[in-house]
Amino acid sequence: MWFDFLIYILLSIGVFFNILGGFGLLRFPDVYTRLHAGTKCTTFGSIFITGSVIILGLKMWYLGSTNGSILAIHTAGALVAILLTNPTGAHAIARAAHKSGVKPVGAVVDSLQINSLKHNENKNIIKTKRMEEEK
Amino acid sequence: MMEFFDEYVIVLIALLISIAMAIIRVIKGPTAPDRIVGLDTINTIVIVGMVVFGAAFNEIIYIDVAIVYALLSFISTLFIAKYLEGGDF
Repeated sequence: MWFDFLIYILLSIGVFFNILGGFGLLRFPDVYTRLHAGTKCTTFGSIFITGSVIILGLKMWYLGSTNGSILAIHTAGALVAILLTNPTGAHAIARAAHKSGVKPVGAVVDSLQINSLKHNENKNIIKTKRMEEEK
Repeated sequence: MMEFFDEYVIVLIALLISIAMAIIRVIKGPTAPDRIVGLDTINTIVIVGMVVFGAAFNEIIYIDVAIVYALLSFISTLFIAKYLEGGDF
């Protein structure tokens, strides 16, 4: 049946990307590049593996088992949870790494920090002007 | 459902290899954010492993456990990141 073929293809793609994520976590030189490997690859692989489980549930449902529809729906819930939580956590980790002073390998200029400093200076200038006008 | 047993067990073993590489990064990691990246990766792979386990043994309850584990690990990751960031909460 073509269901089995689809399940095998989705499972192999998902396992390939998950192992690629772990391998990149070992090989990359830097927090930010490791974040790329450890979060994007595992999210992408997880989408395919949970998709294969959903198709397995639909197949069981098609073959007449009531357990299959429950399996498919709950796995879709797990997929939604992964899709909502994983990128948000990665963004929080990257923000924390930048704020705690970890620099990328080979970085000379931190233009994000410079921009925020300029922004703060402009804010202070505007504030002092307003104070003078009020006086 | 024994005919689905074999391929999902092979997938579980491959996910264990990926978890082992992430554990090496957690032990070796030079800075604290490195270790957190490793822990986040382990969390994601454990969620997928629970879903695959539930599919392999045809148990729905494992997938519910995976959903709850996803939400709780998300909260813990956010809290550790907020702690590293410093400042007031």
